[in-house]
Amino acid sequence: MNETTVIELKHVSKRFGRILANDDVDLDVLQGEILAVLGENGSGKTTLMNMIAGIYYPDAGEMYINGQHAVIRSPKDAFSYGIGMIHQHFKLIDVFTATENIILGLKDKGRYNLSEAKRQVRAIADKYGFIIDPDKKIYDMSVSEKQTVEIIKVLYRGANILILDEPTAVLTPQETETLFSVLRKMKEDGKSIIIITHKMHEVLSLSDRVAVLRKGRHIGTVDTKYATESSLTEMMVGKKVTLNIERTEPVNPVDRLTISDLTVMNREGVKVLDHISFTARSGEILGIAGIAGSGQRELLEAIAGLQKMSEGTISYVDPKSGETVDLRDKTPMQIRELGVRLSFVPEDRLGMGLVGNMDIIDNMMLRSYRRGSGIFVDRKKPKDLAETIIQDLQVVTPSTSTPVRRLSGGNVQKVLVGREIASSPTVLMAAYPVRGLDINSSYMIYNLLNVQKANGTAVIFVGEDLDVLIELCDRILVIGSGKITGIVDGRKADKEEIGSLMTKTVSFSEGMVR
Amino acid sequence: MNETKKKVSEPLLQISKRDAMPWWKSYLVRAAAILLALLISGIITAALTKANIFVLYKTMFVNTLAVVKKNKLVFSVTKLWTILQEVAILLCVALALTPAFRMHFWNIGAEGQVLMGAFGCAAVLITLTGKVPVPVLVLLMIVASIVGGALWGVIPAIFKAFFGTNETLFTLMMNYVAAQLISFSILHFGWGASKGMNYTGVINLLGANKRVGWFPSIFGQQYLMNILIVAVLTVLLYVYLKYSKHGYEISVVGESENTARYIGVNVKKVIIRTMILSGALCGISGLVLVAGTDHSLSTGTAGGRGFTAIMVTWLAHFNPAYMALTSFLIVFVERGTKELSTAYAQISDNLADVLVGIVLFCIIGCEFFINYRVRVHLPKNRKEGKAE
Repeated sequence: MNETTVIELKHVSKRFGRILANDDVDLDVLQGEILAVLGENGSGKTTLMNMIAGIYYPDAGEMYINGQHAVIRSPKDAFSYGIGMIHQHFKLIDVFTATENIILGLKDKGRYNLSEAKRQVRAIADKYGFIIDPDKKIYDMSVSEKQTVEIIKVLYRGANILILDEPTAVLTPQETETLFSVLRKMKEDGKSIIIITHKMHEVLSLSDRVAVLRKGRHIGTVDTKYATESSLTEMMVGKKVTLNIERTEPVNPVDRLTISDLTVMNREGVKVLDHISFTARSGEILGIAGIAGSGQRELLEAIAGLQKMSEGTISYVDPKSGETVDLRDKTPMQIRELGVRLSFVPEDRLGMGLVGNMDIIDNMMLRSYRRGSGIFVDRKKPKDLAETIIQDLQVVTPSTSTPVRRLSGGNVQKVLVGREIASSPTVLMAAYPVRGLDINSSYMIYNLLNVQKANGTAVIFVGEDLDVLIELCDRILVIGSGKITGIVDGRKADKEEIGSLMTKTVSFSEGMVR
Repeated sequence: MNETKKKVSEPLLQISKRDAMPWWKSYLVRAAAILLALLISGIITAALTKANIFVLYKTMFVNTLAVVKKNKLVFSVTKLWTILQEVAILLCVALALTPAFRMHFWNIGAEGQVLMGAFGCAAVLITLTGKVPVPVLVLLMIVASIVGGALWGVIPAIFKAFFGTNETLFTLMMNYVAAQLISFSILHFGWGASKGMNYTGVINLLGANKRVGWFPSIFGQQYLMNILIVAVLTVLLYVYLKYSKHGYEISVVGESENTARYIGVNVKKVIIRTMILSGALCGISGLVLVAGTDHSLSTGTAGGRGFTAIMVTWLAHFNPAYMALTSFLIVFVERGTKELSTAYAQISDNLADVLVGIVLFCIIGCEFFINYRVRVHLPKNRKEGKAE
C-alpha cells in the first residue's frame, strides 16, 4: 500500500449547543486506501466528514490536505482540494438526465458541451465498472442508479478523495456487492475512499483500516486484517457486548390477522400493493423483507387504517372472544373502538409516530388523551407512563418535559416503542424500528419485540438488514414491487435466497406462494 | 508535517445553532432588543427634530399618560383608559388568531372576520332598535357578531380541509370581500351618515333610543366592560389551549397532520372547528368595537388590527398570557410615537409607523441571537469575539 497521507486532521473539534459533536479528533487518510469510519449514533461520524467536505466549519483544529494547511469553508473549497462527498440523501434534480445532473453547477466557459460531457461520463463509468445510461432521467432511476450518478458527479469534478455516508443503507445485497467492486477498482486507481457505515460485515470485507469514533472522540484506527466484529464493537461501545439475538419457538401460535388480496393504488392509480395475502400469528415474529419502497409502508398503513384499500380484506381474530372482525375501511379510531389492540411503530418516527416539538408526556398522551369523559386532558397518567418508560428502557433525557426532537435517535425510538407496547397490544407492527440506531439500542429493540412475542403478540417486523431478519424472525415474507415474492422460514432461509426474492418480479399466480 | 506560513482566511462570521438558552438570558436578550430599538428610534427622531434625545424620550413616555393642565403635566386617567381599551381590542383579535396559528393555519383574514362581526352587530342595531325588546336586541347583536366572524373563518377552513386550498391567500382575499360587503350594504340600505357616504354615523346617539345596545359604563368607566370581556376571554382561551382535549388536538394537527391521522384525529373536523372558534372570537372583537367603542361602522372599523394582531401573537409565541404584554408594548409604542408627532411639527404620523417598525424589527431579530450563536473571526489577529 502506498503510505502517502492525503488528509490529516489535527485536534478538530465541533460543538452544537451543549453537545460536543467532535472532540479533539486526530485522523489521517492514506492514499489509495478504503478507510471505514465506524461509531454509534451521535458519535460524530457524519459531522466529522461534513467538516472535511466543507458543510460545517470546525470550531477548533486544523486540516492538512496533501501536507498543505487547508481551510475548507464550502463544498466548493473541498472540491478544489479534490474532496467529494456522497450524502445519504441524494441531491439530484428529478427531471434532468444523469449527464445534466453531473455537469450542473460547473462553471465552464460558454455553453455546456453535453456530448463531450456524455463521452466523459461514459469513460468514467467504463473505467470503474459503473453501469449508467447518461441520458436516463433521474425520476426513472432506481435508488442504486441515483447513487451511481452521485458518485460519477463527484469523480467528474476530479475528486481523489471520496466520502460516502452510509451508501449501502438503501441497497440490496447484490447492489452492495456491485458498489463494493467499483470502490475496490477506484482504490486500485489510487483514490482514497472514506466510508461511513453501521454494518460490521461490510467494514470487515471492504476496508483497509477502520477508524472508530465514540462520543465524538477518535478512539483509534486499526488495520482491518487484525480486527474482528467483537473487537470493533468493543471499541465502539467501550465495553464488551454480546451480539446474539435469542429466538424462542413460538408458543401455540394461532391466526391473529389474516390479510387476503390486499390491493392499494397510489394517487396516480398505480398498484403499490397487488393482491397481498398472508397471516400473522400470535406469539410469532413475522418479518417483511424487501427493497425500500416496495409497498411495505402502504401495507402497514392499510392495516392501521391509514391507507385506503381498493380490494381485499383484513380480518382480525379477537383473542378473548374468538370472533373475527373485518378491519377494512375502518379509521384508526374505529379500530380502537372495536377493542382491537393494534400498535404501530411507523417508519417516520418524528413525522408520524411522535410530535418532535412536544415533550415526552404529551407524546405519551397521543394514544390516551381521549380517555375520561371531561373536556380536559389528564396529564397525570401519561406522566407516570413517561417516567416508567424512561426508567425501564433507559431513555437518556434531561427530564420528562424535554421536547423529543432534542433526544438522540435511539432514545426517540425507545419513547415511541415504549408507548406502543404500553397498551399491551395483540398485534404490534414495527417499520424499520432500528434504522439509524446504534448497536446497543438496536439490541434493546429486538429484545422488546421478543418480549412481545413471548406475551403472545403477533409481531410484524419490517426490516432492511437481512442478517437481523434471519436471526430474529420466525417467518419472513418477501415483497418485490408490491407483490409477495415468497414466504420463507427464518430458521432455514439464507441471505442470497431472500436477496434474489427481493428483486424477483413475479406474475400474479406465482405471487400467491404461501 | 510542514508548517506552511500561507495566509489562511477563515470565514468572517460563523453561525451555529445553540442549545436552549436559559429563560432569564433569553429575556435579557429581548429586553436589550427593546432598549436598542428605543435608542435607534431616539437617534433618528433626534436627527429629524434637532431636539435633545432625552426630552424626546420624556415626551414619548410621559405625554402618553399625561396631559398639560395650567402649564403642568398631570397624569391623565382618560389617557390610561384609552390605552387599556386599545390594548384590550388588539389583544382580543390576537387571541382570536391564536388557535388558528397553533394549528399552523395561517389565518391572515382577521381583519375581514372582525369586520364581519362588526357588520353583524351594526346591522342588528340599525335595523332592529326599537322593534324588539332591548334584551332580545342585545342577544341578537351578540349572535350576529359571532356568526358573522365565524362564517368568514369557516369558509376558508372548509376549502382547506376538503380541497387543500392555500389558507393564507384565501383568508386574505376574504378581507376585501368583507370590506366591500360593508361598503355596499351601507350605501344600498341607506345606513350612511349622509347620502352617498359609505360609513355610518354614531348609531343610537340621541333620541328615544339613546345608547341602546351600547355596552354600559361600569363604575363610570365606559371601556371597563370591553376590558373585562377580553380579560375573561384571555383566561378561557389559555385554559382551552393548554388543558382541553381540543387544545391538544389543535397542537397535534399543527405540528404534524400525519401524526394526527396516525392517532385517529379527524383532521378536517379539527380544522373546521378551530376556524369557527377563531372567526367567532374575531366576531366578538367586532362586537366590542361597535357596541363598546366606536358605535359606528365603516370599512375601517377594524383599523388594521387584524394584521397588527398577527405580530402580537407571533411575538408572544402563541401564548395568550404573553400576548397581554406584547399587545401593550405595541400599543404603547404606537401611542408614544403619536405623541411625538403631535409635539414636533417635523414628525409626521408616518414616522410613527417607521418607529413601530424599528421596534418590531429589533424584537423579531433578537430571536435569531437566542437561537444561534455568532462568532466573529477578525481577519488580522484572529480575535474571537462573541456577539449577542
